[in-house]
Amino acid sequence: MKICVLVKEVPDAAVEKRIDEGSMRLDRSGEKNLNPFDTHAIEAAMQVKEGGVVDVEEVVAVTMGPDTAVRALHKAVSLGADRSIHLTDDALTGSDCCATGYALARVLEAESPDLVLCGQQSDDGECYTMGAIVADHLKMPSLTQVIKMDVADGTLTCERQAEYGYDTVEVDLPAVISVGDAINEPRYPSLKAIMGAKKKPLDTKSIGDASIEADRVGTGGSRTSVLGINPPPPKAAGEIIEDEDTNETVEKIVSWLDERKLLA
Amino acid sequence: MSGILVYALHYEGAFNKNSLGAVSEGARLAGQAGGECAAVVVGGDDLTDELCASLGAYGAAKVYRGKADEGLAQPVVDVMAKVIEDNGYSYALFGGGLLGFEIGAGLTARLNAGVTMEVTEVKAEDGKLVAVRPILQDSAVVDSGYVEEPGIIIGRLNAFEATENGSGGAEVEDVDFEISEFSTRCRMVKRGEQRGADVNIEDADLLVAGGRGLGKAEGFEQLEALAGAMGGAVAATRAVVDAGWYPYAAQIGQTGKTVAPKLYLAAGISGAIQHKVGMQSSENIVAINKDPNAPIFEYSDLGVVGDLNKILPKLTEAVKARKGG
Repeated sequence: MKICVLVKEVPDAAVEKRIDEGSMRLDRSGEKNLNPFDTHAIEAAMQVKEGGVVDVEEVVAVTMGPDTAVRALHKAVSLGADRSIHLTDDALTGSDCCATGYALARVLEAESPDLVLCGQQSDDGECYTMGAIVADHLKMPSLTQVIKMDVADGTLTCERQAEYGYDTVEVDLPAVISVGDAINEPRYPSLKAIMGAKKKPLDTKSIGDASIEADRVGTGGSRTSVLGINPPPPKAAGEIIEDEDTNETVEKIVSWLDERKLLA
Repeated sequence: MSGILVYALHYEGAFNKNSLGAVSEGARLAGQAGGECAAVVVGGDDLTDELCASLGAYGAAKVYRGKADEGLAQPVVDVMAKVIEDNGYSYALFGGGLLGFEIGAGLTARLNAGVTMEVTEVKAEDGKLVAVRPILQDSAVVDSGYVEEPGIIIGRLNAFEATENGSGGAEVEDVDFEISEFSTRCRMVKRGEQRGADVNIEDADLLVAGGRGLGKAEGFEQLEALAGAMGGAVAATRAVVDAGWYPYAAQIGQTGKTVAPKLYLAAGISGAIQHKVGMQSSENIVAINKDPNAPIFEYSDLGVVGDLNKILPKLTEAVKARKGG
């Protein structure tokens, strides 16, 4: 069985994110990291591989992004992926969800995976939709926000929270599963794995290599357009207390609650 | 514009509140931009003519009914793609929630259509729709337009209010569609299972809610003590419910309950959007968190930066003393 894991490079959580006014896109300069939600998808792949129920030949990390995105792949490999694929091309710049999903699906199609895993969302775009978009292109069954996944021969038994409580769903392989962050606690890479990550096979592909139609990607191929970016509706800033002396802090909280008659 | 198609989710004979909100919003937008608002429902025999027609009260002129398994997204994608193909609707609108995201995403791929998600407002401009979406933890809002029709709009939970502005029963039409082979390869084994004890958080005036910052399940004991002293109830985030620290019935947010108490005290909750949508209508929001950059401080009325383990026991004692005196 082959597992592909979709990963993304995102601005580091500590970096203040801003929109570049010229391109109206997210300014992705500054410190970057592997999308933290994706580490759960890699961990889920590793648990299937190490679980011994099915035989996993390889785990392949797949990303789309500029040159720097290679670092996200190295991180994915240090967490256990056997090799990685980097889809990168200037023609992809500015792709929206629809275009990105199409492009990633073309790369995955060539790999013929038995299971595609991804994280529940990216830390920057927060679209929550990539798994389901890719699945429809690949004509595979799909489920998102999965918090428990048991694999048996040819079938997954998945659990997730939906509108009315917990659902248990059986999914036939091949399938695309987007995992919730509660599914596992991702491992930390060993120093040896970090050092060795750059030596694992990394395949760089252009849109031509992946048979991606140029007019379906990039700014030109996107189906949505940003008409404007505005500040959020104003909300009065709340009061902030730094806890230095806890007795004093507690006194302030109680009097704040009291003023609003919440302790009556 | 040639109409808006809205997905309406149902369970045990009732439509979901967010879906009803989306139908109302679809009707409002159709009134402004031209065209009609229609709804799509997918399920089994519980989708009676009467139940379907009742969406007319929320403004649906027509209801398309597809027979397929409930609670799964891909059969709905098949039905909606067929309805849009046959009738040329200009937009597909979803009220948010897990299935709305999945169906909207599937349709995006199927129809090569633009999608905007987490939409908090939709504007009709020159016969077209513009979706307004907050981004980067709500630090900016984007006006998103569509290059071509159809366009797909996935609302944020509770973004659209359900209003009975329609005129009576909607016309009901069965959809003759072909289910995709891959749509049959997900099977619902058990739906809507409730786990853990039953806790009623929706009626509480005072709620003390805990998140991952509590560190461990036992952290909830401190919250129960504080809630007890205040005369309130305890709620929890999805992360800690999924981790098994607290029962599902107490969950606030995107996949949990929506609350609007007089006081919402958030302990160790960073305040991601999925949580925010479930509690932002609370009258007073107090947040205690050790991370000064936690997003929750951006929408709390009183923010306390500090260690929960130091503050909670003392706060409980102080509240007890205040209530006793």
